[in-house]
Amino acid sequence: MSEEIIKDVIVGENEDYIINMGPQHPSTHGVLRFEVCLKGETVKYLIPHIGYIHRGIEKMCEANTYPQIIHLTDRMDYLSAHINNEAVCLLVEDAMQVEVPERVKYIRTILDELNRIASHQLWWCAFGMDLGALTSFFYGLRDREHILDIFEESFGSRLLHSFVMPGGLMHDVHPNFQKRIKEFIKYFRKKLPEYDQLLTGNVIFQNRTKGIGYMSKETAIGYGITGPSGRGSNYSCDIRKIAPYSAYDKVQFNEILETGCDTFARYKVRMAEMWESLSILEQLVDNIPEGDFTAKMKPIIKLPAGEYFQRVETARGELAVYVVSDGNKSPYRMKFRTPNFSNLFVMNEITAGHKIADLIAISGSLDLVIPDIDR
Amino acid sequence: MSSNIYDFSTLTGSIHAWLSGMMSSGWVTFTEMVLVGLVFLLMYALLGLFLVYAERKVCAFMQNRIGPNRVGPYGIIQTIADLIKLLMKELIPIRKSDPLLFNLAPYIVIICSFLALAALPYAKGLQAIDFNIGVFYVMAVSSLSVVGILLAGWSSNSKYSLIGAMRSGAQIVSYELSVGLSLLAIVVFSGTMQLSGIVESQANGWWIFKGHIPAIISFIIFLIASTAEINRGPFDLAEAESELTAGFHTEYSGIKFAFFFLAEYMNMFIVAALGATVFLGGWMPFHVGNWEGLNHIMDYIPSAVWFFGKTFFLIWVIMWFKWTFPRLRIDQLLTLEWKYLLPISLVNIVFIAFIVLMGWHF
Repeated sequence: MSEEIIKDVIVGENEDYIINMGPQHPSTHGVLRFEVCLKGETVKYLIPHIGYIHRGIEKMCEANTYPQIIHLTDRMDYLSAHINNEAVCLLVEDAMQVEVPERVKYIRTILDELNRIASHQLWWCAFGMDLGALTSFFYGLRDREHILDIFEESFGSRLLHSFVMPGGLMHDVHPNFQKRIKEFIKYFRKKLPEYDQLLTGNVIFQNRTKGIGYMSKETAIGYGITGPSGRGSNYSCDIRKIAPYSAYDKVQFNEILETGCDTFARYKVRMAEMWESLSILEQLVDNIPEGDFTAKMKPIIKLPAGEYFQRVETARGELAVYVVSDGNKSPYRMKFRTPNFSNLFVMNEITAGHKIADLIAISGSLDLVIPDIDR
Repeated sequence: MSSNIYDFSTLTGSIHAWLSGMMSSGWVTFTEMVLVGLVFLLMYALLGLFLVYAERKVCAFMQNRIGPNRVGPYGIIQTIADLIKLLMKELIPIRKSDPLLFNLAPYIVIICSFLALAALPYAKGLQAIDFNIGVFYVMAVSSLSVVGILLAGWSSNSKYSLIGAMRSGAQIVSYELSVGLSLLAIVVFSGTMQLSGIVESQANGWWIFKGHIPAIISFIIFLIASTAEINRGPFDLAEAESELTAGFHTEYSGIKFAFFFLAEYMNMFIVAALGATVFLGGWMPFHVGNWEGLNHIMDYIPSAVWFFGKTFFLIWVIMWFKWTFPRLRIDQLLTLEWKYLLPISLVNIVFIAFIVLMGWHF
């Protein structure tokens, strides 16, 4: 009996010990499968298998009108839902040469940053849990709840709020909007140091993250790593700085860069970005101009024939939208360049030679959202 | 020094006398064994349920939550409801597993934790067996559970289980050394391995106070190493749920899983009880030198309260570890033991031997 077990356990002719992490696994945060080849506890190589949640969003876009496409983009990176919406809206507005009111730009930027904070909070929860610090999960969710409440009050939905429409917003924000955000800024400035107390300074945490998953700047550029993961490798790739959209040209903020190139550097980038987002919010929230919440748009949106391109900075990196239009009300071809797709495939390069536990830490530090990979 | 008002030996003695009056000595021994066994079974189940409930409440407290509060007042029936659920669940047979070893493993784990309960002194005169090698016995029996864990991982025919079991093997075997050496420190101080003797030697002060700094060092090492030995966070690598789904018990379901679960909690109790007995004076009340008034008041608190109070304090500390620290990596875990804890323990033992030789301890 025992020989049978041995034969079954050791798979493959070269006796590689292959483990399938996922599609259902607590640490892949969704239906992602890593085919991991182990030597003892050490990872020899890793093959990511994707497609378990492929819904054909790009193809579906070809059959839908632009306002309908907004609702599909929510479902890609559901943690940066608002930023995804905005990418398509900016593209449509750019193509139709519509100038949106200042008020809309300010509100969009505020929502971007709120969404970024909420996303980073959830990442922090999940990252702590990946490393076995279960309490972090509840600290993060507790604070994220405040942002979701603001969203709920204004849009009626908490996660997938297709609130941004081509030309402006679906409706005006709730009268409490500014007050609630100011309360949140005050609250979260007090709570954010708790995150550092619980996790950042912990010696076990630092040992688990420092020097793990080294990703040089060359590797990051080579694989197209963007967002906080790229900036952790000192790769300046913040679209908010490179190609400012909405109200980002009106605010002062720093692009967070870390030179550590490891898991801890990526962690620090995200923690610092939360502070930075708070400061952006503070600059904008009192200065929202009065005005319309939407520009005048034609009832049926048709993009002039041609090719259009727009990119935005989601919580995970650069989201680029590319549209080929033949002048109809739905695109001829729509392509999303999603940040997680590129970020995922560096996994093999930076995990090889590390332990299984490091694999979890590294995949946590890349902050993968699986529906964004599969689309 | 301590008073005899709460001495359990009068109670047990009267039961013995009563039984002796009714039957021959062989039957008396048999009846007493059955009685003690029943008491331990009951205690095991109740403590297990209580500890699961306590863990949930402590964990909720650490995480800004309320914890169970629906089933019964303050959710106290929740664990019983869970137990009934686990009892009724289907035991899923695993294809190509080794059925004998697969079914045997949970029993080995639970028997090991059960055996260790027998030798602990719960209160004055309340101890089932007072071995003259009590410390050694508890150590030996509780370390046997690694066999059950290895069997579970091996026979499950699951890769996650196997990795978990191998980790657990490396971990428990290494940390056994530090636990042993830190307990040895107090054995050297008190000059006996008998648990009742160790408790008696702390009548005028607990070893953590009497033993100077070396005793404190060995107490801290004991806490760290024993947390690792019972596979609890931050050393829960054998069941690291974010890495190995559930480690060695991934494939177990129903009551067999409950056995592992219960054994984990009971091991925590045993480790805490041993720590309380050896370092914190067991059931001995808190005494300060010549303060007769205070010492007298302390004597009025029953010895069982002292024992369980200290034990639950240590359990709370161990839970606190779990809910605040991230998990270590396997190589860091072994580095911590072999490069730090073990050398420190060895040097510590030499110091203690020197202190005892010079008679510097109180």
